[in-house]
Amino acid sequence: MAENTKAGEEAVKAAEAAAEAGMPQLDFSTWPNQIFWLLITLVVIYFVLSRLALPRIASVLAERQDTITNDLAAAEELKQKAVEAEEAYQKALADARAEASRIVAEAKAEIQADLDAATAKADAEIAAKAAESEKAIAEIRASAMEAVKEVARDTAKEIVAALGGKADARSVTAAVNARLKELGS
Amino acid sequence: MHRPEPAGKMATMAAEVAGQGDTKMAEAASGKQEAEAKQEQGRFSLTSLALIAIILVMFFVSYFTKTEVSGLQIHPMKQFVVKPLFGGKEFSFYTPTIVTLWMGLAILAVVGLLVLGTRGRAIVPNRVQSVAELLYGFVYKMVEDVSGKDGVKYFPHVMTLFIFILAANFLGLIPYSYTTTSQLAVTATMALLVFFGVTLLGLYKHGFGFLKIFWVSQAPLALRPVLAIIEVISYFVRPVSHSIRLMGNMMAGHAVIKVFAGFAGVMGLGAVAPILAITAVFALETLVAFIQAYVFAILTCVYLRDALHPGH
Repeated sequence: MAENTKAGEEAVKAAEAAAEAGMPQLDFSTWPNQIFWLLITLVVIYFVLSRLALPRIASVLAERQDTITNDLAAAEELKQKAVEAEEAYQKALADARAEASRIVAEAKAEIQADLDAATAKADAEIAAKAAESEKAIAEIRASAMEAVKEVARDTAKEIVAALGGKADARSVTAAVNARLKELGS
Repeated sequence: MHRPEPAGKMATMAAEVAGQGDTKMAEAASGKQEAEAKQEQGRFSLTSLALIAIILVMFFVSYFTKTEVSGLQIHPMKQFVVKPLFGGKEFSFYTPTIVTLWMGLAILAVVGLLVLGTRGRAIVPNRVQSVAELLYGFVYKMVEDVSGKDGVKYFPHVMTLFIFILAANFLGLIPYSYTTTSQLAVTATMALLVFFGVTLLGLYKHGFGFLKIFWVSQAPLALRPVLAIIEVISYFVRPVSHSIRLMGNMMAGHAVIKVFAGFAGVMGLGAVAPILAITAVFALETLVAFIQAYVFAILTCVYLRDALHPGH
């Protein structure tokens, strides 16, 4: 009898050991304890989250979104300004170019006028000089002609005298003049 | 019995290994003066030597301690036993246990990440704050996408479950820690909270109209009663699958690691294989820790959507 109970006790012990070796999760004596602490944990986490963490993160995210939106708007504005500045710069550049070309044209016209005046003056001077020179040349030519006539007359008289004739001054002059006219033409 | 002798042997072995290391170090030091390449080589061989030394030491430790342990003793499930924190065998429902400790640490982790991490309120966040914001955005978008706009009201509840499971799962990955989410009591309580919460919410919002959830209006009329029975069964099975999925995943991963660790303890030099396997399983478990938290949360969102919009 006593041995029997001992064996029974041992069997119970073995069964307990087997249960322990099996799944401790199915040891229901530990459940109330675990559930109690789990509920406390969940409630604590819920309050920490809903009171502290989540509103804070939400506000940080919203704030960041606002900042980003504002920054984007500011960037857009600055970009607009940059475009305007560029336009103004291009306009100024075009104006400056037009002004420059106008000044160049003006200067060119002025210079042209001066040049024309100087050219005209120079032409006039040249013409005067040329006329003068022509006159001098004509004089020189005339005097040369006279000299030639004289030499020709004298020579003709001498030749005629040498040939034994008596040279009539008038006829000799006429003949020389006619001859010269022939040569001159 | 024979402890002193092996211990002495081990000491001499360790000394030898250390001596080898010294000479190698001296070589490496002389090489440093000569050329960069040699220095690199020296460092390389130093690292490999250190690895070999560690393996040798582990081999001898396992070889000499093996005599104490009689054969292969692996208790993969022992890690899930709930023990009181301050000794004793009997405990009532309020006694602090190891579960209490790791739930408290989970609270601390959540507070550290989501409260202390965001106290800067920085426009340009630091690392911790950006992780907190990522988690917030992730869960918020999930609730909004899955449950709909009117589900956003219950975002803090979903976030509480998600962040608690995430913290508990990741804390459980620390060696010698305790995984509270591997306890059926914990996951079943959460699943039942979701189940009753969602059911009561549906009944409160729609009254008897909530029963439309079981009436598939797109199906042919003849099929609807049959489908309704299936729908009712599947509805009441929800908390079971919801809780056992999480608990089973966490338990299985940790048990597998424990089994491999048990192999590693008795295999001597061959322990390299189970250690590599542990490394791989650990990587997988890191993934599972996140995925299971995600799955639990998204299923909560799905149930919430059913409660808010019972019509199919």
